[in-house]
Amino acid sequence: MTDQNLILQCENVVMDYDGFKALNNCNFRVHYNELRVVIGPNGAGKTTLLDVICGKTKPTSGKVLFGKGTNLVGKNAEDITKLGVGRKFQAPSIYSNLSVWQNLDLSLKRASKGVFPTLMGQSSPAERARIEEGLETIGLTDHAHDRAGSLSHGQKQWLEIGMVILQEPSLLLVDEPVAGMSDKETEQTGQLLTKLSEKQAIVVIEHDMDFVRQIAKIVTVLAEGTVICEGTVETVQADDHVREIYLGRAKVAH
Amino acid sequence: MPEPERGRPDSRETVSVYVVGFFLLVVLPVLNVLPAEDSWLHLSDFRLNQFGKFLAFAILALGLDLIWGYCGVLSMGQGVFFGFGAYCMGMYLTLQIGTESVYGSELPDFMVWTQVKELPLFWYPFKSFFGGFFGAILVPVLFATLFGFLAFRSRIKGVYFAIITQALAFAAWLVFNRNETRLGGTNGLTDFKQLLGYRLSDPSTQRGLYILTVMALIAAYLLCRWIVASRAGKVLIAIRDSESRVTFSGYTPWMFKLFVFVVAAGLAGLAGMLYVPQVGIITPAQIGVLPSLEVVIWVAVGGRGTLIGAILGAVAVNYGRSVLTNYFPEAWPFILGGLFVVVVTMFPDGLLGMIRKVTDRHKPPAPELKADGRTAA
Repeated sequence: MTDQNLILQCENVVMDYDGFKALNNCNFRVHYNELRVVIGPNGAGKTTLLDVICGKTKPTSGKVLFGKGTNLVGKNAEDITKLGVGRKFQAPSIYSNLSVWQNLDLSLKRASKGVFPTLMGQSSPAERARIEEGLETIGLTDHAHDRAGSLSHGQKQWLEIGMVILQEPSLLLVDEPVAGMSDKETEQTGQLLTKLSEKQAIVVIEHDMDFVRQIAKIVTVLAEGTVICEGTVETVQADDHVREIYLGRAKVAH
Repeated sequence: MPEPERGRPDSRETVSVYVVGFFLLVVLPVLNVLPAEDSWLHLSDFRLNQFGKFLAFAILALGLDLIWGYCGVLSMGQGVFFGFGAYCMGMYLTLQIGTESVYGSELPDFMVWTQVKELPLFWYPFKSFFGGFFGAILVPVLFATLFGFLAFRSRIKGVYFAIITQALAFAAWLVFNRNETRLGGTNGLTDFKQLLGYRLSDPSTQRGLYILTVMALIAAYLLCRWIVASRAGKVLIAIRDSESRVTFSGYTPWMFKLFVFVVAAGLAGLAGMLYVPQVGIITPAQIGVLPSLEVVIWVAVGGRGTLIGAILGAVAVNYGRSVLTNYFPEAWPFILGGLFVVVVTMFPDGLLGMIRKVTDRHKPPAPELKADGRTAA
């Protein structure tokens, strides 16, 4: 039960939407500094799984243990964020009327994010250096003072990843980061995530199998709200059950 | 890459603020005092007083702009907080009438004719100026804290919040209209004589009140500018843009909303307090649903999300009203409604947005300014 190397353990998580079980006794484990890819057909419960972990929705039953055994179920999203879980949403979710710099500045991890510290607070040189470092990581240094709403789709996705990493999460949840990106942007995103996984655990939901092959070491296959297979890309693709329910229907069965 | 620590409003704006501030604070009162009455430079007591009223409204508009323009939370109950401020000062002024009243009684006239024999207890604090002064700020602030806590804590948002604040305005109007509330009923409080010993009928008293109003407006503007330029001001815009993301950035949105709602209520109370001695009357008609809605129109017309726009809108719409109601008194509600529709559909950035568009044409576009004028103060 208490594997020291696990950052996340979802145990028998059930998410019941009026009879439809989006998650059905889902057991899902992630190690520290691991880059895990979750795949599965539409409606398999991938996004719901992330929603449950980050506190966006409360599961019907089950436990979500984080780090040294903190149960995340029942905590609100702000507190889970403070504990070190970062969430990148599927559609770019950024502050379009603020500059790229301001987006990152707001996201930066700070001792207190209450009203009055935020009202009085000034960034220290160290904090500004961290924002600049973040800008470099996501390749938006030249756009620091642009309005975030004016960025391209791919840049917005990177900005949101940058916002999440400045929160210094120990677990990063990323939902379909490359949807709508060009091939080049997809590849850059892959490199970015691989680099980030040196420092933190990352869970990526993805459909694009080329991208999965680029970044994945271990892939988890989700179907009908439960984990049906876990292993390397090759193992998973060789699995008959997976072929039957998932790969058989997708374009990637080669 | 030097990002200004606190977002600097653009320099043209700062310059125009100095110019307008000097004009309002020094030039207008001087034009009222120095030139001979028949000189074309002379500003009549009536006009100066009227300006004082508009500028008090501008303080009210600044508050709404903070909560609606920046944070995206539409409050249709700002008239209530304005009314609380106005009534608190009005109660002090009423008690200052003393035996100069029509019935010559120590009790306010309306109490005499509604057969109230003794001053109700809640009137006692308003025997002193400090009661009226602090009450005018604290009553709206405390009420907004309670109301805002209940509403924002239960995550009431968007149109639902707008509706419950409108319901609040209606409820307040009903309560203030009742004689049993002991606040003068439909007739409100009026016939004031003096403030701290100064006769209100004296032009110099009114000039003093005008100057106080300008100073209060400048202070309110600086306070709002400080808030929107701080990181908390960016959080407000972030809440407007994407509230759920704010939660996942580690902030608690409802606390920020509560904070600006309370600041806006305090400013509304201040505006009400300054309005009463200059206008000389406060009635429930000034605090209900319609007056609360008008504030929304001022801000929309001036340019929401820009502090200068809120001030400009309040003054322009009220000036327009004073001119147009002379010529077409019945048409004013239609003009006001039409103005709102035209602005919202065709000029979402209001008067200030139009001014910026025209002036920016002569300059190479600066990225900071292209932000819909929304990140600047």
